Amino acid sequence: MMEWLESIQKMLGFAWLPIWTLLKIVAIVLPLMGAVAYLTLAERKVIGWMQIRIGPNRVGYFGLLQPLADGLKLLMKEIIVPSGANKLLFIIAPILTLMPALAVWAVVPFNAKLVVANVNAGLLYVLAMASLGVYGVIIAGWASNSKYAFLGSLRSAAQIVSYEIAMGFALVTVLMAAQSLNLGDIVRGQQGAHGLLNWYFIPLFPMFVVYFISGVAETNRAPFDVAEGESEIVAGFHVEYSGMAFALFFLGEYANMILVSFLTSIMFLGGWLSPVPFLPDSILWMFIKVAFVLFLFLWFRATFPRYRYDQLMRLGWKVFIPISLIWVVVVGAWMQTSYWLW
Amino acid sequence: MSFFDVVFYLFAAITLLAATGVIVARNPVHAALFLVLAFCSAAGIWMLLEAEFLAIALVLVYVGAVMVLFLFVVMMLDINLVKLKEGFWRWFPFGALIAGLMVFEMVWVLGSRQTAEVSKAVVHAANYSNTKELGRLLYTQYVYPFELAAVILLVAMVAAIALTLRRRTGVKTQQVSEQVKVRKADRLRIVSMPSEPRADGK
Amino acid sequence: MEKIKEFFKTFLLVELLKGMALTGRYMFARKITVQFPEEKTPQGYRFRGLHAQRRYPNGEERCIGCKLCEAVCPALAIKIEVAEREDGTRRTTQYDIDLTKCIFCGFCEESCPVDAIVETRIFEYHGENRGDLYYTKPMLLAVGDKHEAQIAKDRASDAKYR
Repeated sequence: MMEWLESIQKMLGFAWLPIWTLLKIVAIVLPLMGAVAYLTLAERKVIGWMQIRIGPNRVGYFGLLQPLADGLKLLMKEIIVPSGANKLLFIIAPILTLMPALAVWAVVPFNAKLVVANVNAGLLYVLAMASLGVYGVIIAGWASNSKYAFLGSLRSAAQIVSYEIAMGFALVTVLMAAQSLNLGDIVRGQQGAHGLLNWYFIPLFPMFVVYFISGVAETNRAPFDVAEGESEIVAGFHVEYSGMAFALFFLGEYANMILVSFLTSIMFLGGWLSPVPFLPDSILWMFIKVAFVLFLFLWFRATFPRYRYDQLMRLGWKVFIPISLIWVVVVGAWMQTSYWLW
Repeated sequence: MSFFDVVFYLFAAITLLAATGVIVARNPVHAALFLVLAFCSAAGIWMLLEAEFLAIALVLVYVGAVMVLFLFVVMMLDINLVKLKEGFWRWFPFGALIAGLMVFEMVWVLGSRQTAEVSKAVVHAANYSNTKELGRLLYTQYVYPFELAAVILLVAMVAAIALTLRRRTGVKTQQVSEQVKVRKADRLRIVSMPSEPRADGK
Repeated sequence: MEKIKEFFKTFLLVELLKGMALTGRYMFARKITVQFPEEKTPQGYRFRGLHAQRRYPNGEERCIGCKLCEAVCPALAIKIEVAEREDGTRRTTQYDIDLTKCIFCGFCEESCPVDAIVETRIFEYHGENRGDLYYTKPMLLAVGDKHEAQIAKDRASDAKYR
């Protein structure tokens, strides 16, 4: 395998680097898009079950072709640009939502070796890219020239900026515990003889909760979906979008959900590490953990009603940020004592 | 010209174009977005210099937070372009003077070999962590200036909030903490009542 | 003490977990979805679906053109024209129901003195062109002829409550 690769490398010469990188990007983005498609089906199924329904089951066996049908439908639809809209920004906005959601995958390790770019400052890169996601929403709301879209984008931007702080502090505790910004090293820091008990979610449990809830808020998912708020502002920042441009927003949202699930499992749930010492570490564990966290996303959506906007801001600023600040100090002090076992 | 040079000139060109866009754009929202682009490509250039912490911090802080709030304000302002342009020629000589002064200073400082060393940036091994080195310096050698700067920023923040905070009387507001504290027993009373006899006596 | 208890309850998200437990339980409950084309819910004999015009057993149409249904129709979906037939009876020359206007309230059926206009149990009908759901007299009579047995049976079951 390796010799074969090397021979191709020699053949291509200078062009090898861009082609090889492109191949790696495709190898991540394609399965990701597939996962996004089937996440929408899973969402409709799970929420259906929780509402004692059975969910989509007509297109294909068990509804398995439903995402394809949805995608096809959206592709065939016309993209309508409102007459008062800023055309260029209107088209760029959905791309800007999807772009950071895909860019972060460069540093996400799937197992000990499988990672596109093993960056030292991986965690910082993740935070920076996550903070770019808000631009798509803001620009979409402004470029649509519609008051509902604008209100939705203002809400969403304020929400994302606020929850990013709590999220950042939650990650500070992780990097204190792991003493590294490299995502691979963070997982390796959770390795140990006791399996599950070595993972960071035990000493950092409050931060685990804060991070996950902030993640839900960052991705604009229920119960923090005030940006969309169907019952209040029609559909928020993407009211004016249709067809594939609309679909891009959803691809971005679901890709972000998968990303937050991956990061949660990497930073708190031991990534690819096995929960019990007698089973080997494997990429499968990663996928199981991610699936579990994604299920939590759907479970939340099926259970909780939407937050009122002022309560949402209160939760972010007056509850999460103080808790995470306190826990940073607690972890710092804890690590100086001999009772720090992680 | 190596691959890195190509990337550098690409980023530099984008930065310059975007920076020009910032001052040329008529629409303030476009100007703000051009500034975002300038920040991003500047971060790219820093990345080439192995200053990954600075690059990412630039994106994280300026692009991810500051510019978002900026856009927020700019989008909501109702800006009258004609009124904005009114005093342009009156202040032009003053502005041109300052701009000329700045160009002169920069040429003076950057143009001479003594003040601007044109050596190559130091290349480090792959496992060298810029972030770690920065952190070590900041928290050992420069810990007092660093903490002082932090405290000054905090004071500025508190001062800004204190200046704008005013308690208005006679305004109805929602007390979220009170609302959250409410229990079922505070609002709901379940009364057990005997059933009324039927009117027809059955 | 109560306050401390509340504090811990809030921070441990007890109420949220309770809610999630509920939805989690329902996830495994027996689903109540009726899979429509294969499964159908039971219908009552008072079901108000597609309209029909009835005939007497000798083949004579019941409608005498009294226009009571036209008058009572809250959606103004019925249009009737009346003329005298050669044998001297009063009959409609036009009896149209616009089903896109109709709200299926059943008032026409209530008001009819001769049980001519009725609503049947049919609800799976459709139109593919504009105007397909504008039912004229022959169409309504055809529906009535086709489903007379069911219509008569439903009227008989309802008769004792009238």
